[in-house]
Amino acid sequence: MPSKVENWKSEVYGSEIREHLMEFAEEGWDAIPEDEHDAWFERFKWWGLYHQRSGQESYFMMRIGTPNGVIESGQLEVIGEIAKEYATGPVDNPEFGAAYCDWTTRQSIQLHWIKLEDVPEIFEKLESNGLSTQQACGDSWRNIVGCPVAGKDKHEHIDAWPVAEDLHEEFKGNDDYANLPRKWKVSVTGCDQGCGQGDINDLAFEPAEKDGELGFNVRVGGGLSRKEPRFARDIDVWVPPEQASDVAAGMSALFREYGDREDRFNARIKFLMDEWGPEKMRRVLQEEFVDFELPTAGEDMRDQYTYNAGHDDGHGDHVGVHEQPDGNYYVGLDVLVGRMGADDTLELAELAEEYGSGEVRLTQRQNVIVTDVPEENLDALLDEPLLEDYSPDPHPFMRGSIACTGSEFCSLSITETKNRQVRYARWLKDNVDLPDGVEDFHIHLSGCTASCAQPQIADVSLRGMKTRKDGEPVEAFDIGLGGGLGEDPHFADWVEMRVAADEVPGYIQNLLATYEDQREDGETFREFVAARDEDELQDLAEAEETSYDDPYMHNTKMTWYPYAEDDDMNASPAPTDGSGQPLPSDD
Amino acid sequence: MTTDVHQLDDGAWISVNDSREINVSDLWLLARHEFCDCEMADFLAEGVVEVGVDYPDIDARFAGRCIQCGTEGVTDWLTVGRVIDPEDGQFYGVVPESVHVPRKRTRLARPE
Repeated sequence: MPSKVENWKSEVYGSEIREHLMEFAEEGWDAIPEDEHDAWFERFKWWGLYHQRSGQESYFMMRIGTPNGVIESGQLEVIGEIAKEYATGPVDNPEFGAAYCDWTTRQSIQLHWIKLEDVPEIFEKLESNGLSTQQACGDSWRNIVGCPVAGKDKHEHIDAWPVAEDLHEEFKGNDDYANLPRKWKVSVTGCDQGCGQGDINDLAFEPAEKDGELGFNVRVGGGLSRKEPRFARDIDVWVPPEQASDVAAGMSALFREYGDREDRFNARIKFLMDEWGPEKMRRVLQEEFVDFELPTAGEDMRDQYTYNAGHDDGHGDHVGVHEQPDGNYYVGLDVLVGRMGADDTLELAELAEEYGSGEVRLTQRQNVIVTDVPEENLDALLDEPLLEDYSPDPHPFMRGSIACTGSEFCSLSITETKNRQVRYARWLKDNVDLPDGVEDFHIHLSGCTASCAQPQIADVSLRGMKTRKDGEPVEAFDIGLGGGLGEDPHFADWVEMRVAADEVPGYIQNLLATYEDQREDGETFREFVAARDEDELQDLAEAEETSYDDPYMHNTKMTWYPYAEDDDMNASPAPTDGSGQPLPSDD
Repeated sequence: MTTDVHQLDDGAWISVNDSREINVSDLWLLARHEFCDCEMADFLAEGVVEVGVDYPDIDARFAGRCIQCGTEGVTDWLTVGRVIDPEDGQFYGVVPESVHVPRKRTRLARPE
């Protein structure tokens, strides 16, 4: 029997949701029939609107999909203006202020506290500037990710940006692929560094050579969620760039027809890959979903992959100053946990126009890149005060930090995340010396098993949990070690479980001291972890309290907003009307 | 009217008559259970797996972990609240941190 969500989707889904959304927005929050809330909120996701968690009713997270993270000249200013005007909530965030933009691990943008009544104006502003929220969430083609400097990278073999752009044009608003069993995440990589992170996507195009021609090998079935992480598997298919769209159409049609619509927990294509294996996946694709002979896989470049590969060569995370093939430079700036205040976003937009081409790009490590900076403008850009906060040469603990949205807004998260990771990074920077030669150290913090911060592919993985301390429940983390991508990707091994949140920095401090003390010459942290068995890993370090102070140890999910002075659920102003005034309760 | 129960957003919460009633991240104390070897399991609910209605009870199975011993898995059926009068649809939730006894069976709501 199809799931309830499938029944809602069969009634109204895809592009047609928009007219209903606009009607509700026109009439106001109260116009959504109470007994249809769940159905409409599920559908609104297709247009990039995600109803915020309990205690924040009537407010939405809005996601803007920017394929490959490319924000064209003029667009960042629009995004900053929208954030400033519409994404201000009832209470400021103590670290980030009143309004801010989140740069996500899928090179998208998230704004919070969006009111339904403001959606038509926001859509008009976005769309008149070439931006859209279409299919940013929901069961369809999500934002296409890739190497963030595609077309501007010296390591590039194929310019993946036109391919990603073609896929975006073809599959956004395409009714044939609008209603899939579940989300559909696609990555296109054109460089030999592996920074498209294809391994953790449903469908990955990775650079490969066949008979002297450059194209892509195809991998299928990657993903990190629900304690069921999978790396995408090689289905032995090579495709030239001009046919990438045909293969993508075939694969997403295969998913549409064979994905599980009865159990959403089993719906992602990684589970179909578990069931079928790569040979059957290829066979069904060939026999039923493409009308040309699929070439077998070409010679890939995975042995050259450096991105998140556990060693410090290559362009790494794109932070810093790097020369483009055209002689200009791109300047990658570290945005701690991916959150940038609206005023800072507007200033960055100005700097990109003044010193570069106006284009800015988002990375899958939640950072930003100003592209096309002529050499003569570099010094002046690097002297700008904004770059003191968003550094092109950050401390490893700052540049290595990733955090998901967390209990601030998300229904699924167990713990507070972004503000905590900011505090972790600052404390570690001030109190812990990295062993000599370690320039790159990734700490990814995810509030739950959905794994939006991609914890399994970090040196230190933190996943939201609870424990008891002096008998009282407190927020905690499971700690994993040694994950990463590269030629031989590896998920982190979960080593310490249920560590109280205020003891995590002490654990990392002790862990790094052990690493420094015991490592062999030149042994990377990932190699150090890989060389040890489970018992040895558990003996590496103890968790302990330090001078680190954590203000979010209580159950932040029980609050209406964790940083409000009166954070009790009953103190919530939500739901509110279009001007932010509380609506009368039915109770 | 019938009582409409389902889990949404990847099992993040349980909706009863289109109202968000039960969230993940609570700790549930489980007695006379088979989840783990602890006499009293201190169970962190990380995700809703299934929901059911056994009038007047609203029941659910959760994925999660006992934070005392670390056992991971899915619980048997827990009563998460009651809708005593289906006509008014008013939901009365249980207190997660009080003691609960899981049951083996309930009537399934439609699959999510």
